[in-house]
Amino acid sequence: MAPKVPPQPTLEQSSTAAEAGHGHAHHAPPKGILRWLLTTNHKEIGTLYLIFSLTMFFIGGIFALVVRLELFQPGLQFVRPEFFNQMTTMHGLIMVFAAVMPAFTGLANWMIPLQIGAPDMALPRLNNFSFWLLPVAFCLLLSTLLMPGGGPNFGWTFYAPLSTTYAPPSTTFFILSLHIAGISSILGAINIIATILNMRAPGMRLMDMPLFVWTWLITAFLLIAVMPVLAGVITMMLMDINFGTSFFNAAGGGDPVLFQHLFWFFGHPEVYIMILPAFGIVSAIIPTFSRKRLFGYASMVYAVAAIAILSFVVWGHHMFAVGMPLVGQLFFMYATMLIAVPTGVKVFNWVATMFRGSISFEPPMLFALAFVVQFTIGGFSGLMLAIAPADFQYHDTYFVVAHFHYVLVPGAIFAILAGAYYWLPKWTGHYPNERLSQWHFWLSVIGVNLTFFPMHFSGLAGMPRRIPDYALQFADFNLASSLGAFIFGFSQLLFVALIVLCVRGGKKAPAQAWGDYATDLEWSVPSPAPLHTFETPPTFERPAH
Amino acid sequence: MRTLLVWLAGGLTLVGSSQVALANGWNMPVGVSTLSGEIYGLHMTIFWICVVIGVVVFGVMFYSLFKFRHSRGAKASNFHENTTVEVIWTIVPLLILVGMAVPATATLQKIYDPSEAELDVMVTGQQWRWRYEYLGEDVSFISNLATPRAQINGEEARGEHYLLEVDEPLVLPVNRKVRFLFTSDDVMHAWWVPQLAVKQDAIPGFVNENWVEIQEPGIYRGQCAELCGVDHGFMPIVVHAVEEEEFDTWLAERKEAAAEEAMGIDREWEMDELMERGEGIYSSICASCHQPEGQGSPPAFPALAGNEQLISDKDWHVNKVINGVSGSAMPSFRNTLNPVELASVLTYTRNAWGNDTGEVVQPAEIAERLEE
Amino acid sequence: MSRNESEVREAGVRRTVWRTVAALVGMFAFAFALVPMYDAFCRLTGINGKVDTTAQAIVNEEVDESRMVTVQFITRNGTGLPWRMEAETRQVRLHPGQTSEIYFTFSNQSGAESWGRAVPSVSPSKATRHVRKTSCFCFEEQQLQAGERIELPLVFQLARDLPPEVHTVTLVYTLYPVEGRHQPLQAEVQTKQGEEA
Repeated sequence: MAPKVPPQPTLEQSSTAAEAGHGHAHHAPPKGILRWLLTTNHKEIGTLYLIFSLTMFFIGGIFALVVRLELFQPGLQFVRPEFFNQMTTMHGLIMVFAAVMPAFTGLANWMIPLQIGAPDMALPRLNNFSFWLLPVAFCLLLSTLLMPGGGPNFGWTFYAPLSTTYAPPSTTFFILSLHIAGISSILGAINIIATILNMRAPGMRLMDMPLFVWTWLITAFLLIAVMPVLAGVITMMLMDINFGTSFFNAAGGGDPVLFQHLFWFFGHPEVYIMILPAFGIVSAIIPTFSRKRLFGYASMVYAVAAIAILSFVVWGHHMFAVGMPLVGQLFFMYATMLIAVPTGVKVFNWVATMFRGSISFEPPMLFALAFVVQFTIGGFSGLMLAIAPADFQYHDTYFVVAHFHYVLVPGAIFAILAGAYYWLPKWTGHYPNERLSQWHFWLSVIGVNLTFFPMHFSGLAGMPRRIPDYALQFADFNLASSLGAFIFGFSQLLFVALIVLCVRGGKKAPAQAWGDYATDLEWSVPSPAPLHTFETPPTFERPAH
Repeated sequence: MRTLLVWLAGGLTLVGSSQVALANGWNMPVGVSTLSGEIYGLHMTIFWICVVIGVVVFGVMFYSLFKFRHSRGAKASNFHENTTVEVIWTIVPLLILVGMAVPATATLQKIYDPSEAELDVMVTGQQWRWRYEYLGEDVSFISNLATPRAQINGEEARGEHYLLEVDEPLVLPVNRKVRFLFTSDDVMHAWWVPQLAVKQDAIPGFVNENWVEIQEPGIYRGQCAELCGVDHGFMPIVVHAVEEEEFDTWLAERKEAAAEEAMGIDREWEMDELMERGEGIYSSICASCHQPEGQGSPPAFPALAGNEQLISDKDWHVNKVINGVSGSAMPSFRNTLNPVELASVLTYTRNAWGNDTGEVVQPAEIAERLEE
Repeated sequence: MSRNESEVREAGVRRTVWRTVAALVGMFAFAFALVPMYDAFCRLTGINGKVDTTAQAIVNEEVDESRMVTVQFITRNGTGLPWRMEAETRQVRLHPGQTSEIYFTFSNQSGAESWGRAVPSVSPSKATRHVRKTSCFCFEEQQLQAGERIELPLVFQLARDLPPEVHTVTLVYTLYPVEGRHQPLQAEVQTKQGEEA
């Protein structure tokens, strides 16, 4: 077998980088709002993305809490079903397109140039543009709530014909906002690919890159492949609604099932777009706090690539109940089950990294460990859902809701939080407050599991998803879920407080904030990272094997 | 150390709750159809395989977290790859998956068994009710939510089968293979009864097939499982599974009742009887959209009370009720209601809530119009 | 970094951008290409009961007298069209290879001419490919004058190679108004939707 060369650069370039920070005379940046509007600096744009994402996380979270409030007990107490449907839809859309995706893009903006030793992203002005498209897109989307007939009420999966022939008048604006958000993602992806492929420090080969960079490279390719398909689908919807075509309308010779095929051809890779960078973050954190190199670097890269490729041939597992022929069901079932193999490899590698390490439990590690456990639980329920005959019973129930929330909330979002804790010292120059972090972590873990674990039971017992009111036997599960949701939601305020405190002060962090085992290039620049880094590219030196 | 204890406690809770999951009401029902038990078995098999894998993986992980703590002075080893181990943990899961796929494939093949059925039922989803038609038997009816709105709004105590009760349940015989044909009049719906292990999408313009053979008489409840608009949460399904003889008697009675009703078409009906009947039909079918007092909820659902066009143009009104409005939640009631029912609900809506047209719509008139 | 190196880098970035943009355009086009591809795939495999909308020739093949298949006809009224549609018979039993002709009655019950289209669907989907229609009202849109009543035939043959496990084939026709051509009611519907908006 070929020798695997792990990414372990030496640190000799740190002095040059530090000099670069204040030595150069740059054009004086504009002051105030304009500075942020016009910035082309990857760190500032990264910060903008992260702040935007956090804001949207709270807005989407408030929508989720409206849903959980209504479901607190049987009956209709707080909102009408019309509004309830808008809340579930908006919660999904905002969390997927405005919270999770921009959070990863923000981390990519901040960390990819630092991790590959580049002075900035390859296309800085495009970078600015792709960020500022986002607030436009989501202000437009949120404004549909105030339009006559209300906002989108057909679920984040917007199945036709509920989202076309039977949709509220605001749907055209929903489509427009999704187009803008999609363009933003695509431009971001182009930028990330161009940066990774062309801007690496001399000597850094692809197989030397940190896993966060690798996972983002693959994610960016997924975005390039599927965002245009989403754009195509919503364009067809737009034409069906406004120009009398019948792509999805049976009355005109179209087929509503075609919508689902196209949507999930985008939708399944989209799901992985939201989880692959999380793998990268966790793969950086676990070795750092196990004081040991990542186990199986190469197999991690191959596993991510395998997951990405498989994601294109499993979309049918979202449609087992739609009436597919037997061969179709079997194909999608087998293909979906196969994903368990590379995913398993990743989990085993993380565990093997910890095995015989020297483990400590700083906040980033706590979140990363919780990620591994909870993501794996989500993976198990995913495997159960892959079994087509059983899926007839799980499909469109709370079991599915439990599954994808386990993957996305205690999965992707915990990884984002872990990443934030991990890199906050680099961003601000201070360690996050230890006690507050502990509170945040434990309340989040308790809240999130109290919210989503009972959903497995309510789903198995027969509760369909997206209903504003439910039969009495589901009452206890829903009570627990609602309690958990409020605990989780409010404990995120601690995170905001923690960031504010961390920006203002706290224990000073050195360049290598997390010790000798955090060896990627970002730890070679001072903390906080100066506005301009690696203007002279560092020489990447691979340690002798 | 405390951290670890909490982690351990968390792990135990997980295992504990999976044990409880075996209790009733926390798990997938075993069900009463020929295949539901097999599907349940498949579900439990995979669940236990996942539990075992979980125990092993998390076991090693928590052992490592406990044993190799920095605070205990653990020294990190240096290994970071091992081809043998990596090949093993790629191959072994693959084998486990094959082991899962074999029974899953067998069950799936049984679900797709197209052998001849003894009874064909066409199930049509409609915003927001189900319509059942016993093909070739001249028996069809619609099935609406029976839970009063007052219970939903908390003005009345909620009954045992809150939201899972209908005015007319689907009656099916036990021990006979029943073939379902699913379709929809408007958006997508999904017909799901957990105890029967049947879930199938109802797609407008297309027909889907599925089947069930129920083994035990009883009342089985389910719900629409595909988001279909405002009242998606309020279109339950109730199946009465009865012994074969009982079913045959029931079917014969339904046919007789339909024939009797057909006899009544020709006679002259009084305003009062039509109004009384119309009120009942209105409240079970129309009121969920047009509201109990006919005030509607514009813009989606127009008001009927005081609706100028409705009051002035009877022909328009009759046309809308019989043929529906394309691209809206207003379906065609041509095949859903019989002439007497159509005439009753038309008479009612033309005279209730101050519409007071004084017009009686006669069943004969409607029958003639339908037969043209 | 030397001038030369940064030029190399810029050229690399430009190349990457063009390639990704080309991939993007390709994928956008691919999304639209998926529509006819899906249709073709459905025709080929019979998924979703999509059937040919053009006439096929009857194949002279030996009638398989060893088995009988029940063919059911179901007519459904879509919303918004004041027509009645009925099949002369609810079901027939025939041998694979046999040709059959069934008449469907359409009547326009309104006082204005209108256009309708019967959308066909077949169940089970594995039978779809084996239903050969030589003549069907579902091939084209139909126009009915006010109060007009017409009878239209469906001529079809079940192919001999119909899978042996299929005992019942259900042909469903859903009647929809043809948008735009169906003036009187359509105008009403649109004003109504306009009001709603």
